[in-house]
Amino acid sequence: MPGSSAAGALAPLPAPRSAEQALTGAATVADMEASARPASALDAARLALLRDLQLAFRRRAQLVQPLAFFAMVTMLFPLAISPELARLREIAPGVLWVAALLASLLALEFLFRDDAHDGTLEQYALSGQSLTALMFAKTAAHWLLTGLPLALMAPLAALSLGASAAAIPGIVVAVAVGSVALSLIGSIGAALTLGIKRSGALLSLLTLPLSMPVLIFGARATQLAIGGASFLAPLELLGALAVLGVTLAPLAAAAAVRISLE
Amino acid sequence: MTWTWFHRLGSPPYVYALAERLTPWFAWPAALLIVGGLWGGLVLAPPDYQQGDGFRIIYVHAPSAWMSLMVYTTMAVAAAVGLIWRMKVAHAVAASCAPIGASFTFAALVTGALWGQPMWGTYWEWDPRLTSELVLLFLYLGYMGLRAGIEDTQRADRASAVLAVVGVVNVPIIHYSVTWWNSLHQAPSVMRLDKPTIPASMLVPLLMMLLGFTLYFAAILLVRLRAEILSRERAASWIRAEVFAT
Repeated sequence: MPGSSAAGALAPLPAPRSAEQALTGAATVADMEASARPASALDAARLALLRDLQLAFRRRAQLVQPLAFFAMVTMLFPLAISPELARLREIAPGVLWVAALLASLLALEFLFRDDAHDGTLEQYALSGQSLTALMFAKTAAHWLLTGLPLALMAPLAALSLGASAAAIPGIVVAVAVGSVALSLIGSIGAALTLGIKRSGALLSLLTLPLSMPVLIFGARATQLAIGGASFLAPLELLGALAVLGVTLAPLAAAAAVRISLE
Repeated sequence: MTWTWFHRLGSPPYVYALAERLTPWFAWPAALLIVGGLWGGLVLAPPDYQQGDGFRIIYVHAPSAWMSLMVYTTMAVAAAVGLIWRMKVAHAVAASCAPIGASFTFAALVTGALWGQPMWGTYWEWDPRLTSELVLLFLYLGYMGLRAGIEDTQRADRASAVLAVVGVVNVPIIHYSVTWWNSLHQAPSVMRLDKPTIPASMLVPLLMMLLGFTLYFAAILLVRLRAEILSRERAASWIRAEVFAT
């Protein structure tokens, strides 16, 4: 399985060693000399982040799926409503954000699933490192792999729906900031539904109501950007949601993972 | 101050007996207040000068909407107590709250839609308070769905407790974002701290209904809690003594 081989390739992961230190209470002198200092939460988070990125780049096909889904959903609306750009321009912000929300929901499935299957999550929980920091790292990797590409692709979708090129920076920034909040909210839902079979519908039932503020402010910022107005107010609110998510969501996700592993 | 009363609440047999004893103390005042409030609201209160008799649905709608939030808060507090002190009974309380809260939310939505038909000319208006009430219904459904999805009771308790706490952080955010999104509804006229804009003959029955619904919730919660405890402790020996003794 590529997952385990990649984990093997990253063998000098200091987390397990410090886990032994944490579990046995004290490290031997040789251990202490071997690693000049115990791995900090930051080191562990950085390694977890790199590991997730490396694993994802070995399975590129999986990375493309949410993006293709996003493009597909955006394409459905002109087909279902009308090909007139004037009408599409009006609904473009809503279409864009609903499609982004659904695509990020689809991508959430990959967030913990493989790590739960091969036992990596259990190792993380037992490593003695802060599970909150590790959850934050995993969510950050997830955002880099899904949210950021989505933000870079959103202008294409917006242009195809009749937005002007001047709106592109605003759309990229709004989707990038909003998808941070979406990834973080989603990480709680994904952690809570770990170990539940066929959890897709439940995951969306848990995540979508919590994501509604992001949808509202994101669509509003995009609407203002397409209209050529200042979109700073909704963007700041989106940023506030993202910051709140950064501070609280990893805590909740870590608690949820611990409960799921019991 | 001693904490024995709190520790006693961790014991299912004690809580079961306590709930049985307390139920009538909530149920009867609730019944009296609701009957009195309905009489006052539907018969005694004068028709509104603008809305005519249509406003009378407020006597069910406003208390239901109030309860939908209050039950969610109760559920989240019980869930947090269960998470922090690992109290099984608190989790049972949270589990008993969810269907009651979902029903109140549903009632608030239906009465809101029925009121909207004559007032707005449509059953559904995307007004911020109705919309956040709808989101609240989905939060309840998600909570119950998660609970139903996990077979092991203890895991279900703790996972759904995390969800309830996350939800209670989000409820105000959702509410204010939805208000920001659209402010079309008339301004709230009861919860104002300066003088209320509705006359006492209309207000008193409303307050009676609010209090009546709250007590009704407490009574129903105690009944559901007993059922929940029975189903959770079905293997325990005290149940045999308690249930089959009579």
